[in-house]
Amino acid sequence: MSTLDTRTLSHLDWLEADAIHILREVVGQCANPALLFSGGKDSVCLLRLAEKAFRPGALPCPLLHIDTGHNYPEVIAFRDRRAAELDARLIVRSVEDSMARGSVVLRHPNESRNRHQSVTLLEAIAEFGFDACIGGARRDEEKARAKERIMSFRDAFGQWDPKNQRPELWSLYNARVHPGENIRAFPISDWTELDVWHYIQREGLELPSIYFAHRRPVVHANGLLRPVTPLTPAQPGETVEELRVRFRTVGDITCTAPVASEADTLDAILAETALTTLSERGATRLDDHASESSMEDRKKAGYF
Amino acid sequence: MSSLHEFPATDHGLLRFLTCGSVDDGKSTLIGRLLYDTKTILADTLHAIAATSQRRGLSELDLSLLTDGLQAEREQGITIDVAYRYFSTGTRKYIIADAPGHEQYTRNMVTAASTAHLAIILVDARRGVQTQTRRHSYLAHLVGIPHLVVAINKMDLVDYDQAVFERIRGEYLDFAARLGIKDVRFIPLSALHGDNLVERGERLDWYTGPTLLELLETTPAAHTERPESFRFPVQYVRRPRDAANPELHDYRGYMGRVESGEIAVGDPVLALPSGRTSRVRDIQIGGVSQSSAMHEQSVSLLLEDALDISRGDLLVRPDEAPPTVRELEAHVCWLAETPLSPACTYVLRHTTREVRARVRRITHRLDLNRLEHEPAVQLDMNDIARVSLTLAQPIFPDPYTLNRATGAFILIDESTNDTVGAGMIIEPGASPAP
Ligand SMILES: Nc1nc2c(ncn2[C@@H]2O[C@H](COP(=O)(O)OP(=O)(O)OP(=O)(O)O)[C@@H](O)[C@H]2O)c(=O)[nH]1
Ligand SMILES: [Mg+2]
Repeated sequence: MSTLDTRTLSHLDWLEADAIHILREVVGQCANPALLFSGGKDSVCLLRLAEKAFRPGALPCPLLHIDTGHNYPEVIAFRDRRAAELDARLIVRSVEDSMARGSVVLRHPNESRNRHQSVTLLEAIAEFGFDACIGGARRDEEKARAKERIMSFRDAFGQWDPKNQRPELWSLYNARVHPGENIRAFPISDWTELDVWHYIQREGLELPSIYFAHRRPVVHANGLLRPVTPLTPAQPGETVEELRVRFRTVGDITCTAPVASEADTLDAILAETALTTLSERGATRLDDHASESSMEDRKKAGYF
Repeated sequence: MSSLHEFPATDHGLLRFLTCGSVDDGKSTLIGRLLYDTKTILADTLHAIAATSQRRGLSELDLSLLTDGLQAEREQGITIDVAYRYFSTGTRKYIIADAPGHEQYTRNMVTAASTAHLAIILVDARRGVQTQTRRHSYLAHLVGIPHLVVAINKMDLVDYDQAVFERIRGEYLDFAARLGIKDVRFIPLSALHGDNLVERGERLDWYTGPTLLELLETTPAAHTERPESFRFPVQYVRRPRDAANPELHDYRGYMGRVESGEIAVGDPVLALPSGRTSRVRDIQIGGVSQSSAMHEQSVSLLLEDALDISRGDLLVRPDEAPPTVRELEAHVCWLAETPLSPACTYVLRHTTREVRARVRRITHRLDLNRLEHEPAVQLDMNDIARVSLTLAQPIFPDPYTLNRATGAFILIDESTNDTVGAGMIIEPGASPAP
């Protein structure tokens, strides 16, 4: 019996079904995958998608977080609580351990550790023998990410070769690797920031509190707001202000800026996101402005 | 249930499209301009593009920088790999893929084309139809993109001359007919100046058809055009073992995506290759039950009987089973620098199933300049050919023209693990005795 089906999935349902399909391909094809979970909004969506893909029963892969040691305590607490609630195995590897081993050497004590996460990630991949890491990166975030495959091949040095990516046809994903190589899989590649917020709202997902408007001491720096923390104190001549802010993305304290906002509910955040004139990274990243190709360079060196 | 929506008249759904065509015909500029004119480029992105344009000594904003994001692309002013961009209008969401024009990167164009519902094929008004135009047009046709739009670009450089447009249109229609391409629409434009993308061009008043955006907004959404049989390739089998939850003891969920058709609780299913039948006991997403599932939904199916089913198997309705085959006739687009050789064995991925395959015969290769079939003993990168394959184990395919999901395959080179070929099944061969 063939039927002419004129119904179609809503945009969000289609994105969800697509991401679930990708997650299942990773787990179906790879022997030992890990799901990167930082507690940020993209990985919160990813975790929800993994639940929908694999419930009932335990998640078929561990969660992995590469901790720079410079994360907001609320976010780390949230990460641990969510992992515990889901009864998931959470592996945390820290940049500080890599520093102690000597594999990460900071150029100066105040250098951001963000870039160095790549080293710790590659060490964790080697330690556990992961053949795939599932991440919450989106193509709308940045121009190098816009070029990346959904299943992105990394060689034995963890390098991405953007000039020589594997063809990726239909949804016949090829996650094959030789020992030592790995796949970075991005199930929410085709989601936009707005899609992510819609999904969080629809699914009623919990987020770390710093995503919602709150009062925080900040200084104005290069057109962005830099949070004033023990790690990032105000410099001489800078004026500290208490502003209502929220984070559009959470990451390493030293490189993630909040935006001025009164949005303390998902509805308000959605309204702001729909009207924003600044991109997620443009409004929030203190590190990407250094050069035109920071992200591409980091990715070539093993960054997710 | 949240998932099933009647299609509201004002919601035209999601449209995935790509730009393709020959080198430098203005594909990236067109995407940039479309996003610029629909006001979807954010201020900081625009600022960054302006700064880069200036640094490169350009007098105007170079909108191709919006998609040409790699260093190597910016250095050379070319596109190397596909860039994806997203935008939405009041009526529709778009996923755009900007494909490279260079022949060397054809595999990346095929990557973009394989998931698109509409292709914008650019032609430089000064240069007319090129070999790459033909190659991309044929590939777009071969991968079954239902809507083709030929954008005759750089009209500003030919003084917006209608005769030029008509001549190229005639030239294109001529070769399209010879390749079996039907249903093409033509539109004159200038990506650089934004004529006929969102706004009408003042000097194109002789053109009375829709603008590019109007065309995109009214193109029918995919998947509503043809009745399809139920096809459910199994991706993963879930047997959760949880001592604390005895209810899960007998749980066996077959996880996958409904690639076509639909299924409801109580429906009979046939499992391939085992040939055993059962009925659908439950349909779940994330452990939550629903009564039915439609195409493109990712679900878990629970059956009434415990059958031996694993990844790579296919669930269908008993009265509309595809054939079980070990011989195939297919169109293959070769993507690798190492030529395809009938002496080699490849891994063939069809849905979630992997089998070993050998090319028995290259029936013919397409000569894109003369538009003729020619004999060949090997296939080089970017060749398009008709081949016969022999498989070590059976697959259960449909012809590609009837079903993109179950008519497609890729070939993988086991030594490198690279994806080296894209295949579209013309005819499932005769089934040999098991
Ligand atoms: N005069 C004029 N120039 C154009 C037009 N569209 C594009 N160009 C120019 O043509 C050149 C190539 O444009 P791109 O957009 O990079 O071409 P492309 O097709 O993306 O090139 P590849 O991706 O490398 O194949 C650039 O210098 C553009 O400014 C147009 O409508 N008129
Ligand atoms: Mg281009």
